[in-house]
Amino acid sequence: MSENVIYSINGPVVTVKDATDFSMLEMVYVGNKKLIGEVISITSHATTIQVYETTTGLKPGEPVYGTGQPISATLGPGILRNIFDGIERPLQEIANESGAFIPTGSNVSSLDETALWDVTLKVKVGDEIQGGDIYATCPETPLIEHRCMLLPTLSGKVIEVKPDGQYTINDVICKIEDEKGEVHELTLCQKWPIKDPRPVKERLPISIPLVTGQRVIDTLFPIAKGGTAAIPGGFGTGKTMTQHQLAKWCDADIIVYVGCGERGNEMTQVLEEFSELIDPKSNRPLTDRTVLIANTSNMPVAAREASIYTGVTLAEYYRDMGYHVAIMADSTSRWAEALREISGRLEEMPAEEGFPAYLPSRLSQFYERAGYMENLNGSTGSVSIIGAVSPQGSDFSEPVTQNTKRFVRCFWALDKSLAYARHYYAINWNESYSEYVTDLAKWYEKNVGDQFLKDRQELQALLAEETKLMEIVKLIGSDVLPDDQKLIIEISRIIRVGYLQQNAFHKDDTYVPLVKQMKMMEVILYLYHQARSALSEGKSISSVLETGLFDKVVKMKYDVPNDHIEMLDEYMPMIDDAIAHIQ
Amino acid sequence: MGLQYIGLSEINGPLVAIDHVVDASYDEMVEIKVADGTTRMGRIVQLEGQRAIVQVFEGTNKLSLTNTRTKLLGRPMEMPLSEEILGRTFNGAGVPIDGLGEIYAEKRVDINGQPLNPVSRVYPRNYINTGISSIDALTTLIRGQKLPIFSGSGMPHNELAVQIVKQAKITGDEDAKFVIVFAAMGVKNDIADYFKRSFEEAGVMEKVVMFINLSNDPIIERTLTPRCALTCAEYLAYEHDMHVLVIMTDITSYCEALREFSSSKGEIPGRKGYPGYLYSDLASLYERAGIIKGSKGSVTQIPILTMPNDDITHPIPDLTGYITEGQIVLDRDLNQKGYYPPVGVLPSLSRLMKDGIGEGYTRKDHSDVSNQLFACYAKVQDARSLASVIGEDELSPTDKQYMSFGNLFEEHFIAQGADVNRSIEETLDLGWDLLSVLPMEELDRIDDAVLKEHYDHQRAMERFNLKEEKIIKELNV
Repeated sequence: MSENVIYSINGPVVTVKDATDFSMLEMVYVGNKKLIGEVISITSHATTIQVYETTTGLKPGEPVYGTGQPISATLGPGILRNIFDGIERPLQEIANESGAFIPTGSNVSSLDETALWDVTLKVKVGDEIQGGDIYATCPETPLIEHRCMLLPTLSGKVIEVKPDGQYTINDVICKIEDEKGEVHELTLCQKWPIKDPRPVKERLPISIPLVTGQRVIDTLFPIAKGGTAAIPGGFGTGKTMTQHQLAKWCDADIIVYVGCGERGNEMTQVLEEFSELIDPKSNRPLTDRTVLIANTSNMPVAAREASIYTGVTLAEYYRDMGYHVAIMADSTSRWAEALREISGRLEEMPAEEGFPAYLPSRLSQFYERAGYMENLNGSTGSVSIIGAVSPQGSDFSEPVTQNTKRFVRCFWALDKSLAYARHYYAINWNESYSEYVTDLAKWYEKNVGDQFLKDRQELQALLAEETKLMEIVKLIGSDVLPDDQKLIIEISRIIRVGYLQQNAFHKDDTYVPLVKQMKMMEVILYLYHQARSALSEGKSISSVLETGLFDKVVKMKYDVPNDHIEMLDEYMPMIDDAIAHIQ
Repeated sequence: MGLQYIGLSEINGPLVAIDHVVDASYDEMVEIKVADGTTRMGRIVQLEGQRAIVQVFEGTNKLSLTNTRTKLLGRPMEMPLSEEILGRTFNGAGVPIDGLGEIYAEKRVDINGQPLNPVSRVYPRNYINTGISSIDALTTLIRGQKLPIFSGSGMPHNELAVQIVKQAKITGDEDAKFVIVFAAMGVKNDIADYFKRSFEEAGVMEKVVMFINLSNDPIIERTLTPRCALTCAEYLAYEHDMHVLVIMTDITSYCEALREFSSSKGEIPGRKGYPGYLYSDLASLYERAGIIKGSKGSVTQIPILTMPNDDITHPIPDLTGYITEGQIVLDRDLNQKGYYPPVGVLPSLSRLMKDGIGEGYTRKDHSDVSNQLFACYAKVQDARSLASVIGEDELSPTDKQYMSFGNLFEEHFIAQGADVNRSIEETLDLGWDLLSVLPMEELDRIDDAVLKEHYDHQRAMERFNLKEEKIIKELNV
């Protein structure tokens, strides 16, 4: 076998002539610096490789080494609290080794190979174990127990087990013999190709919401555990803010945050904030349940393409242990652009706006890895995907937004005009939707209250009515409207400002429990109903407004602390009283 | 080595191809000697076997297939650096053009830089005082931030940039050195002169490093200009602990140069003919702003771009907005009214300001004032659009008050003039006075306690010469 050498170089794309021993999607080392690359096309005379690092200084004639393996993620304890680049290289280690700037060809292992873990073995000699079965556990962080599972492709009989104790990720702690009599050594870690979904026993129906504590999401457009959502919005509309808030507050066990082609300072912010923020449920820093994947916009574009897959592979691994995992991808448009860039270098025939024709199938492959699953080992877990989309020119008709829309069931459209008025979350209530409401109805009825969905319905109807009325107001002013329609406009203002708008920097308002959300809705609607009956008794809208009730209700989100929700009950008698005193 | 290749095998726009090249590396620099005695520089942009495609910085005029001798230099494009670069002027490719001779290099650095490791970044938290109310109060510039100015042809973005350079102050860190790197890409001759003259008048010339690529200079040089400038900025900031403000004008010309170069290479175009990698390319510039651990300095960027046809959805402003941490948008209506600086407040935004203002940085009440000003000014727009339909007389009393608040805000707060330098206290007090024109219950974004401390209707009335009767009369209409 002759040595494979580089023939041509064009940006991140390198070709090798007359090589026959490469396979598709195989990981290769390119050049003397051993840059990491991946085989992306093979013809009888040339093999095309995309390189995950910058190719400056590379020469034709330098060697290319195959590894025989597709690009894989190393899965084992030590993933949480870590920050990786797009191909799971630990950025902190790289910084320790080579300083503030990322050099090319740095070869550090994904997980710390020297750390010792307190391992408890869960099998004994003679046990028959199947793929996915847990053979050992160790506390990875105070919050999360790491469960080592047999590779889904293996099964067999345990022939040797080490005692409980401290081991590193590469120590052999257990040996099994499969049907053919072959012996496999098991360590704390395993490898899994990032582009293959991990197998499960069964996909379960969706029935539990991912509670976020954000009113506009939980109430109007809820997302389910195992669901998919897209947040499209132009720049400055608060996509990243929304992703950060969800990562901080949603009730998943594990958060995978993928910063894909976004700003470096934002990743630094996540790193800083999450280590300072304390999870109210466990009193531990949020980093204990978080893993960050940072491939900022100035890092190599091919690794940006891989970062999404790396993220979802890590998420699936923790799902297999029986955890609920939420993955935030910010932003999938940058990922699509990476596809376009590579496709352009390959001189493929472009479809819409230069994007490759396989964009929709790649997007669906990604979003379909979400779901509520029964795992191979019988546990249940979920992967929820929340992807930000950055449409060019804020135009939702561009290909990435349109195709994403086809594959997600929850769509939170961010609106520039709301953002300009500093109305956050700038989620437009007319354009957004969630298909999960009916799936989740039972859960809400059982766990929050019967009234929740009815109130939600009424809220939405009022907002829709207001949108219609505002059309008229824009043309002729609000003075000509009859009093009952003026009331709808006033009450909608309360819904918008006092309910949908939420302050991420306020200690109580940043996370609102579902029960408080329901009570707040009740207060608003109670005010509406009382005011309407006052109007029907012949009282004027201005006299109702003069009671100051509306201003009080708008501020209830700040006035009522989360640990004194019962204070909301005092609003009803107050409303009765004030309305009764109108002359 | 000393191996020279005689002749070329193809010339196409700024690109030339050379065959039978041995031992060439990607991104390597080449030197091309032309028969008439001149020397040009180029860079290898594609390698295919023994064929190398080279982009020639100075253009391919007068080149033929036979009259050249090409030498490979064995290194990527590098910039010679030392502290001497302060006060110097370079052309777009980093060659001194002020007649003061070569730079005695302390070190040479690849102009493409390397991506900054996110874990080594320090999150930017302290602000730069520009003395301009609309920027300081509403879109605060933070050290280590990249905050572009979105402008249009004929608007005073250059004046604004000069004013920022003249007035910018670093507060809280008195011994830190504050310097400016100025990169002009494809600007007109007189604009370059204007900047030079203004820097000289302001007496800051010895703190400025200038890179000048004029609009009739070769486009390949233009694609190098910002990279040279940022390499200097990083060097001064991270190795000499200086606070560096990088002003780059005009990004639009840079992108057009990139498009021209891309199409001559025969690449598949993306939106509006710009190359598909425009986002990554712009990111490789903008992301070079920041602060790193272990260094006291910072790189802050103010790129200026002119939006073609004032269209903010054009690919250049659009992609820029997705990378930078906010934007300052200039507004043509305000400009036509004669207000300077015509900062369009509502579409402008500084993403980093929330962490860099308030107690310890600017003033405790800063975020309250700015939030409320934004909210009120947004309502002014609603009132105005209503007035344009039904007439100003028919507006409700509150809407009328918003109309007069809007006019006062534009006249006093936004239109501050090119020579006025306001301290942050003056700016915030002015903000309070403007807010105090409105009834107290309209200020719904501020805590009652803070409101009581600062709200003073009487003072506001006096300051803006408003008569209480007029307001009362309007209320009774």
